[in-house]
Amino acid sequence: MDRVKDLASKKAAVIFTKSSCCMCHSIKQLFYELGASPAIHELDQVSNGKEMEYALRGLGCNSSVPAVFIGGKYVGSAKDIISLHVDGSLKQMLIDAKAIWF
Amino acid sequence: MGSRTVKIGAEDDSRVMTGMPSFVPAIPNSNSLGTEGNTIRSSQLTDFGTFEQSLGFRIEDAVGLNPVYNQMKSSSQVLGTDIQFATLNKTLQLQKEPQANLVSTSGGHRENWGESTMAEASPRTDTSTDDTDDKNQRHEMGQLIGVAASDSSDKSKEKSGDQKTLRRLAQNREAARKSRLRKKAYVQQLESSRLKLTQLEQELQRARQQGIFISSSGDQSHSMSGNGALAFDVEYARWLEEQNKQINELRAAVNSHAADAELRTIVDNVMAHFDDIFRLKGIAAKADVFHILSGMWKTPAERCFMWIGGFRSSELLKLLVNQLEPLTEQQLMGIYNLQQSSQQAEDALSQGMEALQQSLAETLANGSPSPSGSSGNVANYMGQMAMAMGKLGTLEGFLRQADNLRQQTLQQMHRILTTRQSARALLAINDYFSRLRALSSLWLARPRE
Repeated sequence: MDRVKDLASKKAAVIFTKSSCCMCHSIKQLFYELGASPAIHELDQVSNGKEMEYALRGLGCNSSVPAVFIGGKYVGSAKDIISLHVDGSLKQMLIDAKAIWF
Repeated sequence: MGSRTVKIGAEDDSRVMTGMPSFVPAIPNSNSLGTEGNTIRSSQLTDFGTFEQSLGFRIEDAVGLNPVYNQMKSSSQVLGTDIQFATLNKTLQLQKEPQANLVSTSGGHRENWGESTMAEASPRTDTSTDDTDDKNQRHEMGQLIGVAASDSSDKSKEKSGDQKTLRRLAQNREAARKSRLRKKAYVQQLESSRLKLTQLEQELQRARQQGIFISSSGDQSHSMSGNGALAFDVEYARWLEEQNKQINELRAAVNSHAADAELRTIVDNVMAHFDDIFRLKGIAAKADVFHILSGMWKTPAERCFMWIGGFRSSELLKLLVNQLEPLTEQQLMGIYNLQQSSQQAEDALSQGMEALQQSLAETLANGSPSPSGSSGNVANYMGQMAMAMGKLGTLEGFLRQADNLRQQTLQQMHRILTTRQSARALLAINDYFSRLRALSSLWLARPRE
């Protein structure tokens, strides 16, 4: 979990994914579309991916990835991101965290 | 005293027994001559031919009957007296049921016996109705067993009951004949019903393919026990019905310029009703994701413009903007942003779906033609399939997120608009889909040259 938090604080937008996960691909695309350049950590390709995945699962969502952190704080999984995007909150969060400017 | 139960022929055993539940000619015990009791009850000899074979198979075991059996086979005499049967009842006892079940009167058993074979035995009246080789064989068999048995029978009792027995025999024959006729009629009825059923099924299949929405009967238990697709189709039909009712209510309220409070209640109901269908789709997707994705539960025109198992939120908003005027600046901005957000989310999900398809294709296409033995290939194949299965499983997730997007869009729209505007928006959405559905019907019913 420490490693997760550590990585999450390194950039305004951080997404933990897996290379095999297509939903992660969708969320990544959404962030790119918004102009954000999130830091992507593919858990199936980094050294202690398994432990991080375990830690992420403990955060409460069914699937460990995608796990989105904005401004160092855990925002949620795909469902949360889409819901937040629809009501405009996602954009605001990104602006507040200085991930995007408009 | 017990009766020896003999198994009749291996594989035919059950068939024989069920085919003629109670007619089981008996193999006499050494001391069972003249024993009372009769397990031969009335029944149709449905499979006498087999029985005959198996009987022949086993009859060797019977004491003293073997030579008789050969004699039976060759003889073609038809004897119609009661003597044979009565004695047969008593002496031939190959029974399945325990002794306790036996009817133990000498007169009674004759009747029962008569139900099954006596009718056959009488050559003149009955063979004319059902004249098959099988039945003829039955005749012979019946008669000849009787003949054989009479060798060792006790004749004295029979002579005294001659008259009564004759009459009873005739009655039995008549009853058996009627029974046969009834059975024939019933079987014919079954056959024609079966044919009709197959025809209907084919029709249904054809109609389904053409996209006509067909809901099964309103039978609750039937729909719930069926597969997920069928159950969902029924649920969706019910949902549509309810939706139409609510929309009519809403329209009436809008047209009558109802108070805001009342309007709000109805609008909230409609919104809650939308939540219902998303919940139902979620449940159905767990059972059969492909059914939802295929859109077979929608009409053809709806299906054509479907996106990941449902409507496109961004499209819906586009057609609403014009109908919702006047909108405040803030509302306009809100609707515009909403439209853009839903479009972006749709694009993201579409790209994810494309990535999924590509990944799946790569997995399935990855067949390395190895010259090694078959075991290696099989392991490869199985590994491929396992991976592909995993990827397919993620489809449900995409459908869930697509529905989530639709739901969130509707709710956000409701938040941006006033109650009255929401009411008009919901009416407009419903109008659009109704017309699309009507279009589908027209299209399907169009005259074709």
